[in-house]
Amino acid sequence: MAQYLFRRLGTLLISLFVAALLVFLVVEVLPGDPARTILGLDAPESAVAALRTQLGLDEPAPLRFFTWLGGMAVGDFGQSYAYRSGVGRLVADRLAVTLPLALMALALTVALALAAGVYAASRRGRAGDTGVMLVSQLGIAVPNFWLGILLIIVFAVWLRWLPAGGFPGWDAGIWPCVRSLLLPAVSLALVQAAILARVTRAAVLDVMEEDFMRTAQAKGLSSRAALWRHALRNALIPVLTILGLQTANLLAGTVVIENVFQLPGLGRLVFQAIAQRDVIVVKSVVVLLVAMVVVVNFAVDLLYMVVDPRLRVAS
Amino acid sequence: MSGLDILRRSSPAFRAGLILTLVLALVAALSLVWTPHSLGGVAVANGLRPPSAAYWLGTDHFGRDVVSLLMAGARTSILVALLAVAIGIALGVVLGLVAAARGGWVDEVIMRGSDITFAFPAILTAVLLTALLGAGTSNAILAIGIFNVPVFARVTRGAATAVWAREYVRAAEAVGKGRFRITLDHVLPNILGLLVVQATIQFAIAILAEAALSYLGIGAQPPQPSWGRMLRDAQTYVFVAPALAVYPGLAIMLAVLGLNLLGDGLRDALDPRLRTPRR
Repeated sequence: MAQYLFRRLGTLLISLFVAALLVFLVVEVLPGDPARTILGLDAPESAVAALRTQLGLDEPAPLRFFTWLGGMAVGDFGQSYAYRSGVGRLVADRLAVTLPLALMALALTVALALAAGVYAASRRGRAGDTGVMLVSQLGIAVPNFWLGILLIIVFAVWLRWLPAGGFPGWDAGIWPCVRSLLLPAVSLALVQAAILARVTRAAVLDVMEEDFMRTAQAKGLSSRAALWRHALRNALIPVLTILGLQTANLLAGTVVIENVFQLPGLGRLVFQAIAQRDVIVVKSVVVLLVAMVVVVNFAVDLLYMVVDPRLRVAS
Repeated sequence: MSGLDILRRSSPAFRAGLILTLVLALVAALSLVWTPHSLGGVAVANGLRPPSAAYWLGTDHFGRDVVSLLMAGARTSILVALLAVAIGIALGVVLGLVAAARGGWVDEVIMRGSDITFAFPAILTAVLLTALLGAGTSNAILAIGIFNVPVFARVTRGAATAVWAREYVRAAEAVGKGRFRITLDHVLPNILGLLVVQATIQFAIAILAEAALSYLGIGAQPPQPSWGRMLRDAQTYVFVAPALAVYPGLAIMLAVLGLNLLGDGLRDALDPRLRTPRR
């Protein structure tokens, strides 16, 4: 077990390193001189050269890579030249929007998918099952940003219940912020839940064939209790696997959804930073997003062992 | 199994998918020679008209016919998706075949490489690459295509490795057939069905990705019509003409739905053969 953990941790660190290297290489070949972009086309060559030195752009690439990597390892993300503030500070501000959004979307996804998936499995072949499967097939085909626009039309334009976009900031209180994040979170969650509901249904149906399910019913458990207590728990492994993979989609989805709802989150930051050639921000945010994906999938691997005690022995 | 067999044994869902996909292809083809209105001119005075006999779904803010835009948008979607999937297949399938044929460290390097690219969310990769290469259709194709490479590499490698373990491949090896010939003569034909299924699914994903990139303003550039671009424009007028934001999304949804149903149906039809090798 300890050996397994150690090996997984090693792979995790290697993945992070290679991901950082890839991002660095991609961003390095970005056309355009960041110093020239910041100062404008009219700036004298001497000023541009001075800024290049100040930004450390004259250093050799390997040195810059390791300086950047070392900085991130100790929490120093460098200075943004477009925003004229520390990248760490900038990212923290934006995470205050993206993280709650992603968590709300994740919670909604899981709640919807488990309910719909288990329900469909319990009604296998009947109208309820067909209905859930039909809706989820549609849900998979819907682009999340279109869903966002539709929700804006219904809940902001027609009903005027929720804001069409923007974010008041946490200083305005929790309720206004939750109101602003509700439609974006639903847009992200419905599509992901459609996929996860199908996985849940299939996994629960698989488990229901097992001998221990018959035993559970034979010892007098109601089929509902057997379903929730035994079938769902055993079905969680494939569900968790897909959920881990979906985290990547969810985080990427925030890039698009934050643009639909004009939310000042991490996704919008990376998008704006690209437009402003704010290389250090682009690099750091992309690596951060990738790190989140890698860490979540690592956590999913660990969760397997919590969910299924058999795996603790096997590994 | 012939195409006719697949159709005869198919589910209603598969047939629905086939019809939707055919309609998409036909509409795109038709738009090459005919649209209800020309898309060339801009007549702002004619803008944001409600549906009428002349303009079945009304006009957009530039006074362009929405039906004509939707038809031409199908063309962009198909073009981008087709080329993006082709890039994925061209590079991914070769990498997967090489990994399966060589094994050892070559396999390890190719597969760990694809593991790492999987950690990069597709849309983020596309945003990064279009930032690097500039906005536009061809760069969107490249960005989505690159994302497809590890997907095809992994699927190919998995299926090809299974074929390599079969006895007739061992036999071919024993009589001195080279790895390259075995790959061409035995491995590739046996995994073709699986690749077709995967291509259908990736096609649907590519349509979604193109729409997202164009919606963000880094995919298709005006005046090239694109469903994602239409949604981006429509959102500006969502308080005045909300219906404009409905049609392009509906088109994307139906296209993706059709391809997904088609892919599912094909997989069901091919699965028995893939799972239980004939002896």
